[in-house]
Amino acid sequence: MSPLRAVETASTQLWLPAVLQHELSRFAQASYPLEACGLLVGRAGDTKIDTVRVVPARNLNLERPEDRYLLDPQDFLATDRAARAEGLEIVGIWHSHPDHPARPSGTDLESAWEGYSYLIISTTADGAAALRSWRLVGDRFVEEAVEQEDTEP
Amino acid sequence: MSQATVRIPAPLRSFTGGAAEVAVEGDTVGEVLRSLSEIHSGLKQQILTDKDGVRDFVNIFVDNKNIRSLAGLESPVTEDAVIYIVPAVAGGGS
Repeated sequence: MSPLRAVETASTQLWLPAVLQHELSRFAQASYPLEACGLLVGRAGDTKIDTVRVVPARNLNLERPEDRYLLDPQDFLATDRAARAEGLEIVGIWHSHPDHPARPSGTDLESAWEGYSYLIISTTADGAAALRSWRLVGDRFVEEAVEQEDTEP
Repeated sequence: MSQATVRIPAPLRSFTGGAAEVAVEGDTVGEVLRSLSEIHSGLKQQILTDKDGVRDFVNIFVDNKNIRSLAGLESPVTEDAVIYIVPAVAGGGS
């Protein structure tokens, strides 16, 4: 009998309307073959993360912009202020993986924070290939379902 | 002493009982953050090093200025200042 294993999915779902997914793909693809990054603004419930807006940010990593990002903290601050003024908050981070899968890397893990959705968009020369969301739980990432439509009544 | 408001990012709110803002007194950023850490134990090791510096993965802003471009933790705090704890956000594809 195999030992009991923890379920490898997050307890939250990220709701990201199709229009925002398309906007995100455009942002990510515009930077290809370099990495793009930004923030997800919305409302965080216990199990449902509602994305209201996707915001691009500057990548300050100029040494390896093809496979690293360092989100400009000034952009974080400005986005946080604008979000709070509307009763919203930063609920997640998005970034692209040019020519790499939409899975967190070791570099992503080193810098991750619990409590945010980490949305990764895989970009290629032919366009955005995949989009997946992850959350840090302890010392590892678990996948978070991405929903396009609001399934609640 | 000045009264400042410290804004707490979502990942650190588990240390403040869910509070997004905490009012704290202090005349420097260091005083405010140390007082904050006394009120909410566990927060100190998230934002400050053992040598009383700011951790690499955190940025502290007073209003619009990163304290690394000011006087660090000795940066003065005026009445009604807003101090932001901004998590450093980084990663990459490989």
